[in-house]
Amino acid sequence: MIEMKNISKWYGSFQVLNDCTTKVEKGEVVVVCGPSGSGKSTLIKCVNGLEPFQKGEITVNGVSVGDPATDLPKLRSHIGMVFQNFELFPHMTVTENINLAQIKVLGRSPAEATERSLALLNRVGLSEQAPKHPGQLSGGQQQRVAIARALAMDPIAMLFDEPTSALDPEMINEVLDVMVELATEGMTMMVVTHEMGFARKVAHRVIFMDEGRIEEDAAKEEFFGSPRSERSQLFLSKILHH
Amino acid sequence: MDFSVFFQPAFSGGGIYLDWVLSGIKWTLLVSILAWIIAFSVGSVLGVLRTSHLTVLRAPATVYVEIFRNVPLLVQMFIWYFVLPEIVPKSVGMWMKQGMPLPEFWSAVLCLGFYTASRVAEQVRSGIQSIPKGQTEAGLAMGLTRVQVYRHVLLPMGYRIVIPPLTSEFLTIFKNSSVALTIGVLELTAQARQISEYTFRTFEVFTVATVVYLLITLTVTVAMRALEKKVRVPGYIGSAGK
Repeated sequence: MIEMKNISKWYGSFQVLNDCTTKVEKGEVVVVCGPSGSGKSTLIKCVNGLEPFQKGEITVNGVSVGDPATDLPKLRSHIGMVFQNFELFPHMTVTENINLAQIKVLGRSPAEATERSLALLNRVGLSEQAPKHPGQLSGGQQQRVAIARALAMDPIAMLFDEPTSALDPEMINEVLDVMVELATEGMTMMVVTHEMGFARKVAHRVIFMDEGRIEEDAAKEEFFGSPRSERSQLFLSKILHH
Repeated sequence: MDFSVFFQPAFSGGGIYLDWVLSGIKWTLLVSILAWIIAFSVGSVLGVLRTSHLTVLRAPATVYVEIFRNVPLLVQMFIWYFVLPEIVPKSVGMWMKQGMPLPEFWSAVLCLGFYTASRVAEQVRSGIQSIPKGQTEAGLAMGLTRVQVYRHVLLPMGYRIVIPPLTSEFLTIFKNSSVALTIGVLELTAQARQISEYTFRTFEVFTVATVVYLLITLTVTVAMRALEKKVRVPGYIGSAGK
């Protein structure tokens, strides 16, 4: 479904991604972890073309992301994305947030969009928040709305960029629960996170990145069993303490 | 102090001096409001262009802003009124000098409008740039085009954020409209000066002019406050109007 071949990216002379190759199959959940500044977020943002890259090729469902002829908005509308800071639009109600792209991109009627939005809100347990504005919601609720907003586009894959990093500890689980449910339903997911519990529970593969390089790319059992690189061993020992 | 001067028959025109004051108010309002319409629309377009990631769009807008906000308003007034008719094709120049109705008035409107546009552009730019980059990414990620991101995400919040500084610009345009007297527009300040020359009631005349300017600007302030309150985003930190 998502295929990356030899991706390299530079900010000026600084190389943020170094020859990254990996793929995500349909229905697969891949967790990307690694220390901050290792290029995880940049890598995931390359998948839907939010970050341009200078070398290599990424294809999503056979469509090349880097090709200038590709209709990027159309490609992106098929890939849901959830951000670290939720990025709900503060001036719109929760429902309007979920409706926006359904109406403007997919061309659904407002009534159709609202029906879908309310169904999704119900699914993430936030029906009562529909008429509120994002600023009136807790962080965990906002992130669940953001997930509903991405799902409203009927995506073929979902990208998560540190979805729980900006949350207070007591709100992390309500978001992870929604993500676990999605994963068990067979959604194709690429998740940048430090939540190793989530990785253990639902991931099929774990990628470990360091200094712009994919250091490990292994099946979950293999990764948590015997990481091959010293660097990922060290990283794991640091984050698995808590 | 003797305010009865305003009810004395005017030196010319058949009415009383109060009629001169009222006529001055009319021209002050006309110049200012028409100039504001130009300033707001042109300034908004320029402000948006200033935030573009494309140099071909950004550069001309930057040049415009730097020229128009760095040349004194008085000089610009003279350029529009005295110089412009000389540098356009001869037939157009002749029409501007002799055929065009109310040449001083329209010169003042255009001058003030295009001058203030450069200042509005800077406010709009700063408003858009104060919005976190993640908001643009979220909009693009759901398949919106860049134009749609501006329309539905960046501008609605950007304008809200800059209502207070835009209020200042709107007030300034009423005060700056007095510069139009230098090219012969009989707005409020010009009329006040004229009445005081005929009646020697300098104190009374300029007291009235001051009060009228204050009334106009206070009305604008109250109206903008009401607007700010009306579009306030519930739960959004940083929006004013408790």
